[in-house]
Amino acid sequence: MPEPRLSSLVAALIRLRALVALVSLTLAFSLLSPEFLTAGNLAILVKHVAINAILAIGMTFVILSGGIDLSVGSIVGLCGMVAGALLSGLAFEPMGVVVYPHTWLVVAVALLAGLALGSINGYLVARLGVAPFIATLGLLYAARGAALLVSDGATFPNLGGSPELGNTGFPFIGAGVVLGLPVPVWLMVGLAAAATFVATRTPFGRHVYAVGGNERAALLAGVPVARVRMGVYMISGLCAALVGLIIAAQLGAAHPATGETFELNAIAAVVLGGTSLMGGRGTITGTLIGAFVIGILADGLVLLGVSAFWQMVIKGIVIVLAVILDQFQKGRSS
Amino acid sequence: MTGAPVLEAIGVTKTFSGTVALSGVDLRLERGRVHALIGENGAGKSTLLAILAGIVQPTQGELRLDGRPVRLGSSGEASRRGIGIIHQELQLFPDMTVADNLFVGRERRTRWGTVDRAAQEAAAALALGKLGQTLSPRALVGGLPLGQQQIVEIARALVHDARVLLMDEPTSALSGSEVPTLFGVIRDLASHGVSIAYISHRLEELLEIADRVTVLRDGRLVGEAEADEVDVAWIVRRMTGRDSARQPEAGASSPGAPLLEARALSLPARTGRTPLDDVSFTLRSGEIVGLYGLMGAGRTELLESLLGVHPDVAGDVLLEERSLRGRGVSERVAAGLAMVPEDRKAAGLVPTLTVRENLTLSSLRRIARGGYLAPEKETRAAQPWIEALRVRAPSLEAPVGTLSGGNQQKLVLARAAMSRPRVLLMDEPTRGVDVAAKLEIVESMRRLAGEGAGVLFASSDLAEVQAAATRVLAMARGRITADLDASQASAEALASAASRPSEGPGA
Repeated sequence: MPEPRLSSLVAALIRLRALVALVSLTLAFSLLSPEFLTAGNLAILVKHVAINAILAIGMTFVILSGGIDLSVGSIVGLCGMVAGALLSGLAFEPMGVVVYPHTWLVVAVALLAGLALGSINGYLVARLGVAPFIATLGLLYAARGAALLVSDGATFPNLGGSPELGNTGFPFIGAGVVLGLPVPVWLMVGLAAAATFVATRTPFGRHVYAVGGNERAALLAGVPVARVRMGVYMISGLCAALVGLIIAAQLGAAHPATGETFELNAIAAVVLGGTSLMGGRGTITGTLIGAFVIGILADGLVLLGVSAFWQMVIKGIVIVLAVILDQFQKGRSS
Repeated sequence: MTGAPVLEAIGVTKTFSGTVALSGVDLRLERGRVHALIGENGAGKSTLLAILAGIVQPTQGELRLDGRPVRLGSSGEASRRGIGIIHQELQLFPDMTVADNLFVGRERRTRWGTVDRAAQEAAAALALGKLGQTLSPRALVGGLPLGQQQIVEIARALVHDARVLLMDEPTSALSGSEVPTLFGVIRDLASHGVSIAYISHRLEELLEIADRVTVLRDGRLVGEAEADEVDVAWIVRRMTGRDSARQPEAGASSPGAPLLEARALSLPARTGRTPLDDVSFTLRSGEIVGLYGLMGAGRTELLESLLGVHPDVAGDVLLEERSLRGRGVSERVAAGLAMVPEDRKAAGLVPTLTVRENLTLSSLRRIARGGYLAPEKETRAAQPWIEALRVRAPSLEAPVGTLSGGNQQKLVLARAAMSRPRVLLMDEPTRGVDVAAKLEIVESMRRLAGEGAGVLFASSDLAEVQAAATRVLAMARGRITADLDASQASAEALASAASRPSEGPGA
């Protein structure tokens, strides 16, 4: 019976489409470009992927709960600026002193800022009932404005710190290498593992899926819906703050426009990874694969000399194609 | 001319995928008369109405209009032939004007092809005038009280020249003072020769408005009479198929300590829900209390208020003498309440989760140790409950959508039972499930009560209330109208308490 076997093979390929896309893109680019599989290229590629993947992991929780977070790009920018401002020294003018907080304190404050910004989204959505799209669109603008206000639009340069001020070490987060892998990649791996654990092995994770799958049923079953909502936006804000730190550390400078349109790349990775925008369905692994597909596509197309304009066209087609396949699969299974 | 047959159903049978909804039913709607259709849930009233309105096609039998056989292929076709239907749920557009609502989908056009507002408003004013209403055609429908929205629905049928008006529970959402207005409109229409078919569960109200009464049970016609020849007892006997003198089997009742106490619960009115008016009662350990009432009596609102769904409820709920004031749903569930909602698809199950994940949803905190949810442990915890409640599922890992309706309902109940509730709240626990599942659900309620829990279940099914409850609270229009021991809860007493307009409590 070749036919059923063929169709079940097709079904399996569709189910694993993100992985199939990942493998075939890797193969294709390896054949087409001799540079693709070089250590240098892969290091750049993986560093780019890490940034989008970390954002997308946070975004996955939000989308699983049935929401969306458009503000992550602006949180990246604002938290980077917070770190930049602190590393550049806090001036207390009446006393004529400038305080330089310790690097770890700077990192902690920036991460807390991300949590706080996420909790603003959470409060708007969970307690005030604002539609997630609107609430996070509001923060997209407000946080970007705040990032510009921090320095009046200027960049904080030279974030390397100096030994006599006790605030060195910041660039390690972005440019450091541990056991041959860049620190952002380790952060991505650690975060992905933690997120998978939370999603699949904790009551909170199950609650996220339940709220996204049927909010009313979840509420009546005793799931603390508002707290779950609050939680997912805080996770997303934390991930965005981490990305803000990584980028500022890589560049050794904090620029207020950093992170613009990052939210769209993150959403694209989540959707490519098979997570339903309706909520309730999806995995962290899928998101990770989705982030790699986007990263490899961008990197490979650059190596092949495809123009940046065509790259955008191709990316758009790939994303829509992935969602069409998603619906096709749902049509089969239901 | 009054009395001439207008629309007739002859030997109409309807089967839905094997189950018989209607079986060989005759109905004759006569000119200028109001014809009441009566029966319990699932008796086939709404199916019959849908056939007359062209929404559903009969499997067998025929319809006749003015004595000639007619095929009504769609509701549009029925409407063109002068048959209008008014659904239980109003089908209006709240953000459009009255006139726009009357002509939605069949707008009057100017010669430029734009909507002819002036003509529509004139026609609307005329139709509303016929109904004795001074409502402005330019008023927004969403801003009108429900009673007037109902009138707008009727006016919609009139502007399309309806001669036959089919009404499915038109008073279920109306407040006490709006019902006489509606009845005035119905009588007026009848006196102008319109034939009216009317479904309602409020028996006394039915006898007031109807000229003729038809009773259905299990899809069959079991009684037909002129309204002035019968009384409520006659109707109940035919509806339930039992002599109301026969007493229901009283469950063993030895209630223990008070578990749940509602103190003066009042819920302010808001669109889409029945306000509660000073509801107080006590549920004791070991009791199974049936909350009997008609559609719109406020049963669901009461259960939801106990569970903490409505933050704007006044009054207090006490669980084992501790106030639950200010606590949200999840905290009340943690404190020992559990809910089996009426609509298992919309409010019971999470379709994207598996059988196991749906089952354990209310018990995760207990299963997880230190925040870690071990898969094997969860499966071990879930398995006994699947067996105890006889949920027939292909496997614990199957998508929940693969289960039949009865098994889905048992799964929701299993989830509630698994959370070891002190008080189990159930809303229409056996609606839409087969007989075997019904029995198993009632058995489970008894077992939980036997273990010391209190069970409060809402139902509009007289037989179910009598079979399962040790005590019955009757509700009507947001109030408790009777508190009866199982031995006193005769069909007549319940039916009359549930259709009581709005008096104080008392049996």
